[in-house]
Amino acid sequence: MNNQSNKILNSNITKLVNQPYKYGFSTVIEKDIIEKGLNESIIRLISKKKKEPKFLLEFRLKAYKKWKEMKSPEWGQLKFSEINYQNIIYYSAPKIKKKLNSLDEVDPELLKTFEKLGISLTEQKRLTNVAVDAVFDSVSIATTFKEELAEHGVIFSSISEAVHDYPELIEKYLGSVVPIGDNYFSALNSAVFTDGSFCFIPKDVKCPLELSTYFRINDQKSGQFERTLIVAEKNSQVSYLEGCTAPQYDNNQLHAAVVELVALENADIKYSTVQNWYTGNEYGQGGIYNFVTKRGLCAGSNSKISWTQVETGSNITWKYPSCLLVGNKTKGEFYSVALTNNYQQADTGSKMIHVGKKTRSRIVSKGISAGTSKNTYRGFVNISNKAIGARNYSQCDSLLIGNLSNANTFPFISVQNPTARIEHEASTSKIGEEQIFYFLQRGISIEKGIELMISGFCRQVFTELPLEFAAEADRLLTLKLEGSVG
Amino acid sequence: MNLNPLILEIKNLKAQINENEILKDLNLEIRKGEIHAIMGPNGSGKSTFSKVIAGHPAYQVLSGEILFKGSNILNLDPEERAHLGIFLAFQYPIEIPGVSNEDFLRLAYNSKQKFLNKPELDPIEFFRVINEKLQLVDMSPVFLSRNVNEGFSGGEKKRNEILQMILLDSELSILDETDSGLDIDALKIISNGINKFMNQDKAIILITHYQRLLEYVRPNFVHVMQDGKIIKTGGPDLAKELELKGYEWLK
Repeated sequence: MNNQSNKILNSNITKLVNQPYKYGFSTVIEKDIIEKGLNESIIRLISKKKKEPKFLLEFRLKAYKKWKEMKSPEWGQLKFSEINYQNIIYYSAPKIKKKLNSLDEVDPELLKTFEKLGISLTEQKRLTNVAVDAVFDSVSIATTFKEELAEHGVIFSSISEAVHDYPELIEKYLGSVVPIGDNYFSALNSAVFTDGSFCFIPKDVKCPLELSTYFRINDQKSGQFERTLIVAEKNSQVSYLEGCTAPQYDNNQLHAAVVELVALENADIKYSTVQNWYTGNEYGQGGIYNFVTKRGLCAGSNSKISWTQVETGSNITWKYPSCLLVGNKTKGEFYSVALTNNYQQADTGSKMIHVGKKTRSRIVSKGISAGTSKNTYRGFVNISNKAIGARNYSQCDSLLIGNLSNANTFPFISVQNPTARIEHEASTSKIGEEQIFYFLQRGISIEKGIELMISGFCRQVFTELPLEFAAEADRLLTLKLEGSVG
Repeated sequence: MNLNPLILEIKNLKAQINENEILKDLNLEIRKGEIHAIMGPNGSGKSTFSKVIAGHPAYQVLSGEILFKGSNILNLDPEERAHLGIFLAFQYPIEIPGVSNEDFLRLAYNSKQKFLNKPELDPIEFFRVINEKLQLVDMSPVFLSRNVNEGFSGGEKKRNEILQMILLDSELSILDETDSGLDIDALKIISNGINKFMNQDKAIILITHYQRLLEYVRPNFVHVMQDGKIIKTGGPDLAKELELKGYEWLK
């Protein structure tokens, strides 16, 4: 292809993809903030501020000790300058004078912030069938529908509150799926996590509402380290969604979260993510470093965990939502759309660890790379010698937009018994100048053409999202890929 | 003598790609109701000619004019030219992953409807329209659910181009080697489609290497292109002569 038209194509696509980031504003608010840096006394200070029980402080200190001995992983297809962990603020919370009794007492600036993000927390306007936990920097601001959920025995609260209200559940399950020293970032998170959500679905209950947590990083120098724990007891069912945004700053901010899911016998957890952290500007400056450990444990037989993610934000994404299929006949699923543009880098995929008999897993990964971005799928399917009759199906599709983007696929499969059945399919396709010209020649605009190609490419994943959010995901991708083309 | 209005006038057209001048002073006039065949050796500029008329961004026009129904189209985007009534059947129709033929065809049809201020069709209404056109090129409705050109045989791809031509009902259609790579049955089907489509309000340019197509689709004029220029124009017999003598004879 010739250079001139290459340039035209790339600039057309760039314009199309570079919609201004809508959520780049920041909120001015009085903060309770601690000094930057990480050491034992900072951890003690965080724990003290949160008035935590002793077991949690010990959990943190143990994690910190492990973390100090560990090294940042270097195997990802990611290039970024070394993170200075002493230059990060580990606790930043909006100042709250007294304990809140109702939403009316939440700082109106905060309510306005979430309003602007499209997440209404007030009684009148909130979504009628979705309960929301709103996390701002290090703390949870409000959780809606708490009482309504409580009637069904469902606990949905910030993890800080849960530590006080249900310490025995937290002590039992925290770190049970992602051990403290599992990896560098999970160790860091275990040492300094400040808030997150806790959900507990009791036996035989089908959670009547979608549960959702909305994460917002506001402060320029603080990192966000949230912790989510979902426990679904025997025969229960829950669908959970997380969303996230951050203001536009020209420095990089660190987000290192840990999500743990526990599904007991016959339980069903569906976990969906629409990730829209700030990506950095078109020159690659700023944006969130997103290092996340997400893992689900199918402990009881017949249980099922399904991850769906739509990853459109962050400068760097390092994330592998995984399933430990321990119970017999358990089922793990991973559906992913990862869109990268400009200088974004994503190294994402899934791990399916088959331990129980007749366990099944399914991976459907769709990577879209535009601009000069780098999009990597990394998967690990492990069938242990006990997992008689296990089955896995993986499908990894990459779509390249323009000529300068990059896609990699690293599927790793390890099978230790002969009864397993593994299928792996992969494809790479490209939206190039000739496809776009084909659309144009048929009178179809470049926006419509790309939208059609993207939505066709992602359809398999979007149908997995909860209904309320499928439209949102479609809108998000379209937003990132639509615009005026000259 | 055909005194229908002119649909396409090309005057002293020079165009390049990669700073390589391909079209060198090309002149051509086409009236409504006419079929023109353009023949010529490989590399003579036939495909460039079709891409330049359609407005492919890789090609730059250096000088000259292209008038479509009397107005200059050189400053128009490819999709505007398509809306005005210029259709290009591609020599190598490209595969479009993830997009069903049905969605693609409906979007193309509705884009044109919108341009003409006519109502856009929903999938059910559209199915009726497309189903009727499918029969003209002997294609089964099954192929609507397949992705655009993905896994299509060479013949199916070419038939799909003709289907789109019929669906969009453009006034000027340029068929770039639509006949190459077709077996005799497919050639008959396609020729049949073209003949049913053609009428006094339209014009067609057939770019071809072979006289074979011209036995089924009878042209009014045959032009020979060489080195970016039209060096000879004649009637259908010229094609037969070329088949016998080759292009060297014209030098």
